[in-house]
Amino acid sequence: MALPEDVPVVPLRHWGRWVSGVVILALLVGLGSAMADAQILYEDVPGFFSADVMIDGLVNTVVLAVVAQAAAVVLGVVVALMRRSANPVARWVAWVYIWIFRGVPVLLQILLWYNLALVFKTISVPIPFTDAHLIDTPTNALITAFVAALLGLGLNESAYMAEIVRAGLNSVDPGQLEAAKAIGMTPATTLRRVVLPQAMRVIIPPTGNDFINMLKGTSMASVIGFLELIHAANNISSRNLEIMETLLAAAAWYMIVVSVASVGQYYLERAFGAADRVDRGLTPWSRVARSFRTPPTVRS
Amino acid sequence: MESTPLVRAHGVRKSYGRTEVLRGVDMTVEQGQVVCLLGPSGAGKSTFLRCINHLETVDAGQIWVDSKPVGFRLRGGKLHELREREAAAQRRAIGMVFQRFNLFPHRTAVQNVAEGPVHVQGVNRRQAHEQALALLDRVGLADKAGSYPRQLSGGQQQRVAIARALAMRPKLMLFDEPTSALDPELVGEVLEVMVDLAREGMTMIVVTHEVGFAREVADHVVFMVDGAVVETGPPSQVLDDPQQPRTRQFLAKVL
Ligand SMILES: Nc1ncnc2c1ncn2[C@@H]1O[C@H](COP(=O)(O)OP(=O)(O)O)[C@@H](O)[C@H]1O
Ligand SMILES: [Mg+2]
Repeated sequence: MALPEDVPVVPLRHWGRWVSGVVILALLVGLGSAMADAQILYEDVPGFFSADVMIDGLVNTVVLAVVAQAAAVVLGVVVALMRRSANPVARWVAWVYIWIFRGVPVLLQILLWYNLALVFKTISVPIPFTDAHLIDTPTNALITAFVAALLGLGLNESAYMAEIVRAGLNSVDPGQLEAAKAIGMTPATTLRRVVLPQAMRVIIPPTGNDFINMLKGTSMASVIGFLELIHAANNISSRNLEIMETLLAAAAWYMIVVSVASVGQYYLERAFGAADRVDRGLTPWSRVARSFRTPPTVRS
Repeated sequence: MESTPLVRAHGVRKSYGRTEVLRGVDMTVEQGQVVCLLGPSGAGKSTFLRCINHLETVDAGQIWVDSKPVGFRLRGGKLHELREREAAAQRRAIGMVFQRFNLFPHRTAVQNVAEGPVHVQGVNRRQAHEQALALLDRVGLADKAGSYPRQLSGGQQQRVAIARALAMRPKLMLFDEPTSALDPELVGEVLEVMVDLAREGMTMIVVTHEVGFAREVADHVVFMVDGAVVETGPPSQVLDDPQQPRTRQFLAKVL
């Protein structure tokens, strides 16, 4: 049987897309009318959003998250290297470190650090064979709410970072180490010039994820009275009882900060992931910019 | 005056767990000589080569390169084991080329070549870059200086790897099956570079299955089986008139 030359084509109909679209639209309308009926003074939210105490809370949140994450990255690299060390003592110490700091809940770690003064009145580090001390301070003066939160969040995160870094180091081809050795590189230079740059590709995405978690995890410091976003919101609502309104303002700040961090992660991944890639591709911004500059071409 | 050989190995033994991979290997390589190491897969050729630049430690026996014990320092009539940093310094005099190239993928060809001079020897950047370009030119890749390894063919990558090793101005070059991972049509360009190198007087130990190359440039051919040297001599003898049945069997297969 001969086939006719030009048979008409009927494209596939995507009924599912239409049905799901209608369902979602209906749900959104329902939610919208419920929120409109809710007893929330929406007009007050912008004021809380930009209140002085809220801005203080925002700054403290970001500073705590950045310092804790930075400390965690440095500690994580050290612990990861210890886990791969030839020295069995170092390996064992690293394993126990991860076991403890990953095992105990962050909130509990923060509380433990904050209450350290209950068991140690002073913290002192004597210099051996002398009467002098490296540190000799009352615990209360040393462990402020910020320091307790930093220790709790940073040490917990460093245990996770150690595992992330270890996965990154393991991802590098052993042939790379041999090549570095063969040109006479010392272990330290090999790590800096050959291993870490290649491990970054594996390390950065989960680290960005963890940092976003860290930004939100700072909220746990509110229980020890550290002035971060939630504590700031409570501060306002304890006076005017507008609990939902102040919490919404805090939520808006979290969303903004997390969004900024996500954009930062995108560029960091590009910078490290694509050094050897032939075509780096365009960022979303440059794609938009280009669409304004040159007329879109029709694909043939 | 009698010159001391550049490489002297005697009684080299090495085991992985229970399996003895090297069972007392002896080898002498004079300055400027090319030695080709032949033998079936699993004979211990790579392991022996890796012992020469201390990528592996030996269990027994000694290897001396340029009158220095590999992996040790001679002091007070005793051999003291070197720390990793010191071993690294000792390796600088020995270049190595791998079957799978092992170029640094995050650096361009010229950066790969300049890496050692800049970050190991502390040569200034501009000067190292100039030298690297000259070396790339020497292996016929002047136009590929800015390319990343994954933009290069296997043959080109291996030539960059040779240039990277030469950039350290080694006294000895080790090649571990440098053409085995290449498409057949790319083998020639790499062998050509190696032949030139041999002609210029570089001391080389080459593990290879390229009998033609061995016949052309080798001063000595060493045939290894099961961790031991079975037969050794000039190519005309070992390759064309082998005395041992194991050598004959092997050559019948690769020729
Ligand atoms: N790191 C290692 N651990 C255990 N066994 C190894 C290792 N490296 C090599 N071997 C074994 O040693 C023997 C010799 O290997 P190799 O030196 O690579 O031989 P060749 O290069 O001649 O093919 C082989 O049987 C191989 O399986
Ligand atoms: Mg081998």
